[in-house]
Amino acid sequence: MEVNIILKSLRRNKIGAMVIAVQIAVTLGILCNALFIIQQRLEAGRRPSGVDEADIFMLRNQWVGDPKDLPARVAGDLGALRGLDGVVDAYASNSAPLSNGGDSEGIGRDPDGVEDTVLTAMYYADEHTLATLGVKLVAGRNFQADEVVDLDSYIEQTRPSAVIITRALAEKLFPHESPLGKSVYISFDKHAAPVVGVIDRLQVPWSSTGGWGSQFFYNSILVPYRMSVLYSNYVIRTKPGRLAAVMKTVQTTLVDVNRDRVISKIKPLSVARVDSYKDDHALVVILGTVCVALLLVTGFGIVGLTSYWVAQRRRQIGIRRALGASKQAIVRYFQTENLLIAASGTALGIVLAIAANLWMVSSFQMQRLNPVYAFLGALAVLALGQLAVLWPALRAASIPPALATRGV
Amino acid sequence: MFAYYLKLALRSLKRNVVLTVLMIAAIGVGIGASMTTVTIFRAMDGDPIPEKSSRLFAPQIDNYGPDNKKVVAGDAEHLQDQITYIDAVNLMNAKAASRQAAMYVTALPVTPPSRDLLPFQEQTRATYRDFFPMFQVPFLYGAPWSASDDEDRTYVVVISRELNDRVFGGANSVGRTLKLDNHDYRVVGVLNRWQPLPKFYDLTSSKYGEGENLFIPFSRAIENQMQGAESSNCAGYTGAPTWDGYLHSECVWIQFWAELPTVSDAARYRAFLNNYAAEQRRTGRFNWPPRTRLYDVREWLIHWHAVSDEVRILVLVAFSFLFVCLLNAMGLMLAKIMNRAADIGVRRALGASRGTIFGQCLMEAGVVGLVGGLVGLALTALGLAGVRQIVSPGTGRLTHLSPTDIGIALSLAVLATLLAGLYPTWRAAHVQPAWQLKAQ
Repeated sequence: MEVNIILKSLRRNKIGAMVIAVQIAVTLGILCNALFIIQQRLEAGRRPSGVDEADIFMLRNQWVGDPKDLPARVAGDLGALRGLDGVVDAYASNSAPLSNGGDSEGIGRDPDGVEDTVLTAMYYADEHTLATLGVKLVAGRNFQADEVVDLDSYIEQTRPSAVIITRALAEKLFPHESPLGKSVYISFDKHAAPVVGVIDRLQVPWSSTGGWGSQFFYNSILVPYRMSVLYSNYVIRTKPGRLAAVMKTVQTTLVDVNRDRVISKIKPLSVARVDSYKDDHALVVILGTVCVALLLVTGFGIVGLTSYWVAQRRRQIGIRRALGASKQAIVRYFQTENLLIAASGTALGIVLAIAANLWMVSSFQMQRLNPVYAFLGALAVLALGQLAVLWPALRAASIPPALATRGV
Repeated sequence: MFAYYLKLALRSLKRNVVLTVLMIAAIGVGIGASMTTVTIFRAMDGDPIPEKSSRLFAPQIDNYGPDNKKVVAGDAEHLQDQITYIDAVNLMNAKAASRQAAMYVTALPVTPPSRDLLPFQEQTRATYRDFFPMFQVPFLYGAPWSASDDEDRTYVVVISRELNDRVFGGANSVGRTLKLDNHDYRVVGVLNRWQPLPKFYDLTSSKYGEGENLFIPFSRAIENQMQGAESSNCAGYTGAPTWDGYLHSECVWIQFWAELPTVSDAARYRAFLNNYAAEQRRTGRFNWPPRTRLYDVREWLIHWHAVSDEVRILVLVAFSFLFVCLLNAMGLMLAKIMNRAADIGVRRALGASRGTIFGQCLMEAGVVGLVGGLVGLALTALGLAGVRQIVSPGTGRLTHLSPTDIGIALSLAVLATLLAGLYPTWRAAHVQPAWQLKAQ
């Protein structure tokens, strides 16, 4: 009965009601998609790297001049680093997780099987790598010292005598069978590299959402090379709580060993993680801020328009009160009215949200909207409407019935 | 008349401060949000070299073949975004453009003159002399090296103003010596500030990153076997494991730019590229029909997706938000005008025409739009400062308001508010004078 009356009165106020409904619809359309993007980015930022980030830092070492004894120099450096008080282990590599730079190679089960090739990140590693990174060997064995080759040029002069792969890569290359004892082929080379070990988890160096590496995030392969080229990355793991202290002294230690070098990019992996996901995190903050502002603007818009309606209908409300309507009835009237408007806006909003999402799926690297977000968003805007209408409704309820008897 | 309408508008706005403030706040917040994202979008989408962007070209040459499945990276057409050393040398030697430069980035240790200071690393661009006039790079001191320096592999260097300040205390360092990787280089020029945004000439590592501080002849860098510091794509390395083997491999790791002043020059260069690829096929290096492309700066930036998806999404979100804010302001304006229906009725009865009422109400909307725009500008500045705090340094370089952005913000605010004000104003103009007077 009441709904009928409300609809009748709304018909006299079409534009105002439509303004609110469309506002709610657009708000919902943005809200669903923004919350969905926020959740995806947060989830991406929480993907574990597989290594003991809290106690690891890395630095870039570049030799000055054109030294001929690179392997000996690197070995000397690593010896000095491992001897430092507070250091657990260290190794020299081409790259590390979260460093956002490295080598990607296609790995296949046979050298000509172009179709079955899997994209991976290739890390240079020695017998100290697993202990330094803190990754768990789940099958097979670690590299042995005599397998590790000093690589003093980017152009590979040697073929790996063994490789260690991640579990994710093993499952892609050898589904339902043990990779141990099998061989892989790197970048279509005819040389068969035997898999000697499988590690639990190790992410690729890149971490941007939807960027390079996101399609093969845990496909990593370790090859027994010690990076002794002109520049190499030293990865150093410290005892818990000693990272800051070791980082302070590491530069002097290395300069004392040899002065003709440039040490740069000294960075804990925890900082590298923050840097890697900085723009993702910024997107979350910006979208979050917009969502809050949006809800506020829409909320105040409803307050403003409803207040105006109340002001317009003061006399009618007074008459209803004089004819026996209770205060609750007046409040309920405005709440029901808002619910009707908000519900139609919500229906339109869900359509908008899905349309916007489909457009983003086709134009950007975006996944389909999870319906849960549409549902949660709808509940949020309906609640917002009820909340916003409360104050004007209470004001309406406080209009004295005597108003009806007064002249205009 | 304008002054009188303005006076009326201000008086009317003052009469209902709460509604006025709400309207201005709605417009301000909407403009603030949309202009924050538009500013970043415009910086990403900007033309880094407007005077010449249609005359500078980057080529693509298919050196892997359309069916090579070993290529792990490449564009939608399966073409590489960089070229091989072989192609770079051949294109340089052909001199088919009025200016041309091959280039790549390496990292060099700089040894300061004083023994007390430790060596430090600097990003170094190895290129040809034409790089500087072609990209209109401004010089503070000196000039580019000469064409003969390119040929003779001279140890010469052009440094940035920033590095000159750091190493030479800002003095004119032309003629002085800089020790790079234990070799003495003669400084021939110091650049003035030059930060094209996006860094169109090399988008491989960071699209909005800072430029290099050192520039040396390409021929010298190759001679000294300086490895590239950025992406190199090999699709299965098959060469000999030596520097020479790498140079003559099919690895792509070099950028190339050509200046072609007229449309017919560009057409001629396209034909030249195709002939070149055909010739490589005749000599047996390629066994597929020529596939080459030539992009000017704008096309190259689009090809590289200089505007990130995230920013496109943010612009969309921000404009939807602005739309909500405008609807809001429209609702409030409607409320405000209908509250004054009696007032308008009296004025109509006293002889004001519909057009007059319309103009007066629209003036009110315009004032709200302008003030809202100013509030929005302040919020934009605040928003950009906030964004700068939380994004990576590269993205942070895109967060600066240009005079054009300010103009866009104000005109957008006024126009959008006028548009939102049209319906309420129309309603005001159609107030029935007699009806209103009777109700009194």
